[in-house]
Amino acid sequence: MKLTRIIERLNLRVCTAEHRLDREVQNGYVSDLLSDVLANCQENDVWITLQVHPNIVAVAAIKGVAAVILVNDRQPQEETLAKARQENLPILVSSLSAFDLAGKLYAILNEPSGAQ
Amino acid sequence: MKKDDSISRLDAVAHTDKCALGKPDSPRFTKSQELVYELTVADAMRRKVITTTPRTLMSELREILRANRISGTPVIDNGRLAGVISIEDFIMWLAAGEPDCPIGDKMTTRIDTLFAHEPLIHAVGKLEETGYGRIPVVDKASGDLVGIITKGDIIERLLRKLEIDFHTEEIHRYRASHIFEDIMGDKVALTFQSAVKGQDFSLAGSASSRLKKTLERLGIDPQIVRRAAIASYEAEMNLVIYTDGGTVTASVQPDRIRIDVNDAGPGIPDIEQAMQPGFSTASEWVREMGFGAGMGLVNIRKCSDRMELVSTVGKGTHLRIHIDIHADKSKG
Repeated sequence: MKLTRIIERLNLRVCTAEHRLDREVQNGYVSDLLSDVLANCQENDVWITLQVHPNIVAVAAIKGVAAVILVNDRQPQEETLAKARQENLPILVSSLSAFDLAGKLYAILNEPSGAQ
Repeated sequence: MKKDDSISRLDAVAHTDKCALGKPDSPRFTKSQELVYELTVADAMRRKVITTTPRTLMSELREILRANRISGTPVIDNGRLAGVISIEDFIMWLAAGEPDCPIGDKMTTRIDTLFAHEPLIHAVGKLEETGYGRIPVVDKASGDLVGIITKGDIIERLLRKLEIDFHTEEIHRYRASHIFEDIMGDKVALTFQSAVKGQDFSLAGSASSRLKKTLERLGIDPQIVRRAAIASYEAEMNLVIYTDGGTVTASVQPDRIRIDVNDAGPGIPDIEQAMQPGFSTASEWVREMGFGAGMGLVNIRKCSDRMELVSTVGKGTHLRIHIDIHADKSKG
């Protein structure tokens, strides 16, 4: 499913890289431990986290994730946004908790029809 | 033309020049020759022109030339170009021991001019032909003076253009993914070193991000690049979290990447324990940021083909990460 469609369906707020939202996403990863993300998150995943410091951008860029989704309406730090713009990395914000967001995302990515 | 084997070694070095020369069979054309056709007079001329009038005195000319470090000026009369006065005219006047007189009496009135939009080659030709040191540049429509051009201006412009072109060419070549094919030697290694500041989380990760971009530009397989970047990132974070800083040095050869990470303390008391997944000595606030999960060294080992870790408490730690680049992958 296109990232733009996910943003619509989950009502996400786009903070950066508005022009990089056409990527195809099939999976996601939820973790707040950076080493765990580095080890287990896959390229083109969306990464769901509550971390808002600038290092998430480096981790996301190294893994080649499609977007980072911050949960609980967490506001990314200014420096995080600046770095994300530099790396053309979409940072999205959801008002849901990680559990709710992951659940909904899982559901829409695994819909029998209409996906893709 | 068949290439002589004895000169083929020079090919990589001479690559830039070869492009500029075009096909080997076409007449030899140097890069600067090509550029004087490409550039216009306006590209090279000086726009801020020091001028004199026919009524300026010859005795004043010396100071005008000296103060502005020039060797001649256009002479303007009522807004129109009336002539050119040069240091040669001044010397002749001095040598003749004549009394002071207006510039108008000594200036050259047969004036060759150039138009701003003409190719630079016309300026070269005109300077050559007339033997003048400078030629005024006028606007074609109005006849107004818009600039002046000397051989020095042309040389300066060409050098600048060559430098820009060369730089662009360099970037182009780095992106061409064939860097190792262009470099010759029994053993070639490209080395990139970054200093990492300890305890500084704002810059943390930047050395590894840079390394990743560099490796991508070298055309290395994306899977290999990612493994190198993850290993380097974890090692870099260890420097930030646990030490006062250190260096990350990547040495890239056609068949392997080696990353050396060095610091000067505090050292790891029990390496076996440190290698256990989940073991961490990171402070609480570091863990809150999502670091210090005790997975760093584990991740490094997972990403590397071989890894060596040597540490002395109080002295420092040396980590060496080996990643093999398999030769059988297809190259773009």
